[in-house]
Amino acid sequence: MALLKYESQVRPPLVVGDKDYHQVTEDICRPVEARPSTLWWIGFIISVLMLLFGVVSVTREVWFGTGQWNLNKTVGWGWDITNFVWWVGIGHAGTLISAILLLFRQGWRTGVNRAAEAMTIFAVMCAGQFPIFHMGRVWNAFFTLPYPNTRGPLWVNFNSPLLWDVFAISTYFTVSLLFWYAGLLPDLATLRDRAKEKWRKMFYGITAFGWTGSTKHWQRHEALSLVLAGLATPLVLSVHTIVSFDFATSVIPGWHTTIFPPYFVAGAIFSGFAMVQTLLLVTRKVLNLQQYITIEHIEVMNKVIVLTGSIVGIAYLTELFMAWYSGVKYEWFAFEQNRVNLSSPYGWSYYIMMGCNVLSPQIFWFRKMRRNLYVTFFMSILVNIGMWFERFVIIVTSLYRDYLPSSWSTYYSPTIWEVGFYIGTFGLFFTCYFLFAKFFPVIAAAEIKHILKKSGDNYKEQMTVVEEESVDQFVHDTAH
Amino acid sequence: MAIKKFVVGCFDDEQVLFPAVKNVRKAGYRIHDVYTPMPIHGLDAAMGLRDTSLHTAGFIYGIAGTTTAFSFITWVFTTDWPMNIGGKPFFSLPAWIPIMFELTVLFSAVGMVLTFCYLCQLAPFVKKDHFHLRATDDLFVMAIECTDKTNETEVSQFLSNIGAIDVTTQYKETGWWLGRYDKETQLFGKPTEAVS
Repeated sequence: MALLKYESQVRPPLVVGDKDYHQVTEDICRPVEARPSTLWWIGFIISVLMLLFGVVSVTREVWFGTGQWNLNKTVGWGWDITNFVWWVGIGHAGTLISAILLLFRQGWRTGVNRAAEAMTIFAVMCAGQFPIFHMGRVWNAFFTLPYPNTRGPLWVNFNSPLLWDVFAISTYFTVSLLFWYAGLLPDLATLRDRAKEKWRKMFYGITAFGWTGSTKHWQRHEALSLVLAGLATPLVLSVHTIVSFDFATSVIPGWHTTIFPPYFVAGAIFSGFAMVQTLLLVTRKVLNLQQYITIEHIEVMNKVIVLTGSIVGIAYLTELFMAWYSGVKYEWFAFEQNRVNLSSPYGWSYYIMMGCNVLSPQIFWFRKMRRNLYVTFFMSILVNIGMWFERFVIIVTSLYRDYLPSSWSTYYSPTIWEVGFYIGTFGLFFTCYFLFAKFFPVIAAAEIKHILKKSGDNYKEQMTVVEEESVDQFVHDTAH
Repeated sequence: MAIKKFVVGCFDDEQVLFPAVKNVRKAGYRIHDVYTPMPIHGLDAAMGLRDTSLHTAGFIYGIAGTTTAFSFITWVFTTDWPMNIGGKPFFSLPAWIPIMFELTVLFSAVGMVLTFCYLCQLAPFVKKDHFHLRATDDLFVMAIECTDKTNETEVSQFLSNIGAIDVTTQYKETGWWLGRYDKETQLFGKPTEAVS
């Protein structure tokens, strides 16, 4: 027993059922090694169709120009930037789970981190599409990079938040991908060594990079994971801070506030956890992984949702208060007339945002609700609708009434191709997720094995003996 | 590229493995490596491996990133193409902090991962010899290298005594080569011709 890290009996087990190391491998590799189910094919085909619709929408936008969208003189940012911020925000929960909870030594992250990190990568891929295609002349997108050119060389403006975004999002994507793949290596090696078919041996042989499980390699792997987590933690905060700078550093009433960075980060984690819930509730059911993604995991994530939802609620009220208290009449007009006023053109969106993000998560103060899968699933969808409307409210209600009332008349609503682009990113996201769930282990098997003997259901029993002896005796016995 | 002879012991419990590692080292045998399906904290120390310096490398890469961003932006905005934006100073450091930070993280992360792959010899199409396929599943596989003086049966016996559930003698290549796992690779030299 001396080798086991002490863990209290009060903590519920993270792995349910009578498991040993081999059983963990079997359970996690089974969905990968089995033939795809009918349900998988249906989901995958729907996703691909959505993706194709997105491709058509984007092709029209590239061919005919941004006139395919209903953006106008005042509303220069509409659905596209709303979707960009929404997708980036969703990605943040993955990094929070994989990096920040690793630093905080939260054992429960092991069950959900792999899928959440994958979600991060796919969400950032979707997010990146919007600013790129919003450029209009997308073939000039590389102008955002500081490369030596024949125009001077004319460099990019390093003082601009939009350029900070280019660096932040690309760094975030790269680091998330590296972190995720480094964690995947040992599990891909497991799949490689179990492979029977030739193509599997080849595919996992190539992707596992020749991983052996040598102790020295594990030592370096642990060091790498820890430092990458340490880097990803400030990175994830910086990314959404910089996204919020896109708004906060401008002088548009409704955007020009210092509360934006923390408010955006909390909102990002809030919506990201909701998306993790949506994905994992389905994944655990379809892949039969309820013993690894337990009701305890769901409950913990619901607690995070109620916490971050309340932070977001305070942020909404604070910015509303400050708009009034500052005495700036343009700022107050943006809030009072464009948002709070229900009879204003977009007043309805403000109340959808408030209802979905602030009121509805409060249901999670009740334990029974936190542990109800149907409520959780419904809430996860509701929160993401609410968070989409938050970005819509911030962008559109601040823009549609500018300083010149004669340009107020146009009501901005998206065209089918604008909506199609958004649907297309859903297609991209779910196509990637379905492929990931089919070809990669959705749970980090090595990490589950690492915590199995201190948090596994059948091993916790054995540790009761430790609990009964005095602490002094325990320390004496376990000291080297 | 050398094919060597190993006595390989498999353990199925880390609580047996730890004392076994200590016993093997006390008995004076040289452990080539222990292959485990998951990280086992303290095993590296028990085997007498020194701590990794990967953190230090990561720090140096990070500093390199900060310096690159800072010096490049400074050169662009003060020397190569200064721009007068509302009379603000050319050297506007606070506005550069986001990009300096992002490049710090980017250089550090990419550099560390590449260093990790280099040190552990990990890359696509890299193939290595494996002592036991279940080393990535549920077995802890200890390989002891045999030299001219090693008494093979004695080592096997010793491993069985300290709790190994399966002991074999294997000839294995210690390095890596380019290859695919679905194809058998004929290495230079037959295993039987190797040192014994």
